[in-house]
Amino acid sequence: MVKVTVWGSLRAATDGQAEVEVDASTFKEVLDALQLNYPGLTDQIEQGVSMAIDGKIYKDSWFTPVKPDSEVILMPLMQGG
Amino acid sequence: MALDEYQKRDFKIIGTRPQRPDGIDKVTGRAQYGADFYLPGMLTGKLLRSPHAHARIKSIDISAAAALQGVKAVVTGNDFPGGAKGDTLDVQDHCLARNVALYDGHAVAAVAATSAKIAQAALELIKVDYEILPHVTSIEAAMPTGAPLVQEGRRGRKIPEEYSDNCTGMCEFGHGDLDAGFAKADLIIERTFKTSSTHQGYIEPNACLANMGPDGRADMWCCTQGHFQVRNLCAQMMGMDQSALRVTASEIGGGFGGKTTVFIEPVALLLSRKANLPVKMVMSREEVFKASGPTVASLTDVKIGMTKDGVITAADALIRYEGGAWPNMTIFPGAQSAFACYDLSAVRAQGLNFLTNRPLQAAYRAPGAPQSIYAVEAVVDELALELGLDPIDVRLKNAARKGTKSSYGPTYDEIGLIPLLEAAKAHPHYTAPLGPNQGRGLSSGFWFNFGGETCVSLAIDFDGSVTLVEGNPDIGGSRASMSMMAAEELGIPYEKVRTIVADTASLGHNEVTHGSRVTFSVGLATIKAARAAIKEMCRRAAKTWGIDEEAVVWEDGYAKPAGANAGDHEPLSLAQIAAKSSRTGGPIVGHHEVMAEGAGVSFGVHICDIEVDPETGFTKVLRYTVLQDAGKAIHPDYVEGQMQGGAVQGIGWALNEEYIYGEDGRLQNAGFLDYRIPVASDLPKIDTVILEIPNPGHPYGVRGVGETGIVPPLAAISNAMSHAINVRMSELPMSPPRVLKAIKDKG
Repeated sequence: MVKVTVWGSLRAATDGQAEVEVDASTFKEVLDALQLNYPGLTDQIEQGVSMAIDGKIYKDSWFTPVKPDSEVILMPLMQGG
Repeated sequence: MALDEYQKRDFKIIGTRPQRPDGIDKVTGRAQYGADFYLPGMLTGKLLRSPHAHARIKSIDISAAAALQGVKAVVTGNDFPGGAKGDTLDVQDHCLARNVALYDGHAVAAVAATSAKIAQAALELIKVDYEILPHVTSIEAAMPTGAPLVQEGRRGRKIPEEYSDNCTGMCEFGHGDLDAGFAKADLIIERTFKTSSTHQGYIEPNACLANMGPDGRADMWCCTQGHFQVRNLCAQMMGMDQSALRVTASEIGGGFGGKTTVFIEPVALLLSRKANLPVKMVMSREEVFKASGPTVASLTDVKIGMTKDGVITAADALIRYEGGAWPNMTIFPGAQSAFACYDLSAVRAQGLNFLTNRPLQAAYRAPGAPQSIYAVEAVVDELALELGLDPIDVRLKNAARKGTKSSYGPTYDEIGLIPLLEAAKAHPHYTAPLGPNQGRGLSSGFWFNFGGETCVSLAIDFDGSVTLVEGNPDIGGSRASMSMMAAEELGIPYEKVRTIVADTASLGHNEVTHGSRVTFSVGLATIKAARAAIKEMCRRAAKTWGIDEEAVVWEDGYAKPAGANAGDHEPLSLAQIAAKSSRTGGPIVGHHEVMAEGAGVSFGVHICDIEVDPETGFTKVLRYTVLQDAGKAIHPDYVEGQMQGGAVQGIGWALNEEYIYGEDGRLQNAGFLDYRIPVASDLPKIDTVILEIPNPGHPYGVRGVGETGIVPPLAAISNAMSHAINVRMSELPMSPPRVLKAIKDKG
């Protein structure tokens, strides 16, 4: 299981939890599990999210491995100027 | 160790300052910008724009315009075929209204004619019947329930009831117990700050040339930060295959985030399709101000608690942005970055976005970060002042460092904020004496940096020169930087590498040039493409010598036998291998395609001295120093230029620049005479200090430098102002009338 931190305004979709556990070993599996377990997150995930895994920010790399002890933070999609 | 991870090494070319490859073209006028493309039979396209801030378009009569001799096409927003959805449909509507004009200057119809004069005359023949609707152009007016509604059906989910349906989204980041944190504070300061919408102020107005044939295939030339993005957006709007539209990026006269989307390009295609002729469109400066994408404006409440010895115990912010008549995402990085410079146990940043009857915002260097960090850094400065503490010592005590759980979630790896603050404290600027009416301010700043889709192809030409093909418009020196990285890897002189920016048909997709991503991402791909070419050259050498590939190494531009067991062979240079490449297996090309990840965050610290004329409120910037962590400065001239440019744009934002709307909802200062950006004579030399704390996620340690430089100036100047006039101003710009009023109100 992997602990995933969701940002504050998404916590309404995770029963108020800041951190949820999902069974996943890749970026894509984390997103799939989040949508399965917390359907309220689907809109945001489909709109686009980034994910910080052990301090590195990944935009959309499905096959990036996630370890059980990884720090996984769901983040909005990055933009820049 | 993965190939893309940082490896310490001694460089021969990286870190030097060779001549820029585009310099001669740009100073002699040979460089081709967006308006410099011509085709036989080319028409001129022009747009009719709404004079109202908000109006329903009851009808548009184009018959007289269409009948005018020389007019070849007239279109409205309803002529788009209907392929665009979601955010792309919003962008399309921003380019050309369908049924409602949502801001002053919103395009409602377009004409293509054989001359600009005829096109202008045709615009005047178009009859639009408007029903004027209530408008709203400020956050304060857009927020409360009962405010004029900009668009129906845009209210975000779970928006608090006190906000109107103009509120399109909210977000919240942070961790820890705020109440407990504030309870530990010896001093709590809470203030509200306001910033105006500003424009990127790029010198080159948006321009494009579209040429669609009767077979539905098209070419386009335009000034943009991302021609792949232009292609994809336009193709969706036009119902075309992406491959049916080839887009070539021109040289670019500035973008700074403002050219990361489209404004006239889809309209030019629409006109070209209807006219069956090429159509060129060039925005006037007034159009650029009115109908491209300025920044969000902001209204931010910040509350920070601190102990007597300078430890921040809790920090809270409510950040509200308006970014025009369509939803946007800038509130996210705004809220994420607000407290990113600090190591905090209790922190929260909430963000809200509101619609207004203004043009759709676009990015402007570190989008969203300058506004929120300005408010935070001003309160930190005031806390330090009230507690009698040195502002750098306070920041050092609370600075984010390796292992800090950032306010937006992830734990930082190696970062450079503390070395920057220490360098700022040791810099002679920080302790230089000040005179009457002068003040010194300081601020930290932050930007995430990121990667994205990137493709590079590197050809070893037969004569030993190298052609590097990348897909990102060069807005900050990327051709020089890529040539340097390729030359470094290959072991050949910089002058032997020519880097070009290819069109959309020549490479796979490349993410827009934004977010300080190019030196990091395209650099990473360039290094890997060069290494792929080297591997192939070693293979060719091994075949030539009749030894195993593994027995060949690449050193300083030569393939060499790896040790005595490999045999006694004369090393082969890149040029020698290239010359024989047809006989040894064909052309040698290295390429790399990647979704680049692992960008390292960037911090900056700025010190600023100003002098205020108490009679007029005029502010002169006396001295300015930028310290920034580049990770690795590939070409220090460009890095310093980015740091200086960001500072200058931030100085303009802090002191003069603002969109001014009248009661009628119309923009009153759509030109550089009334929208005052800093010019060289307004400024001192901007001193720069580059620190190099390597990004662990790049082979050379590159972080990216384009964004961070615009973040600290807002607070650095505001803090300097507070010390110069002994009043804490909380609204930008601090223009002479506002400064004078603050001085007089103080008494």
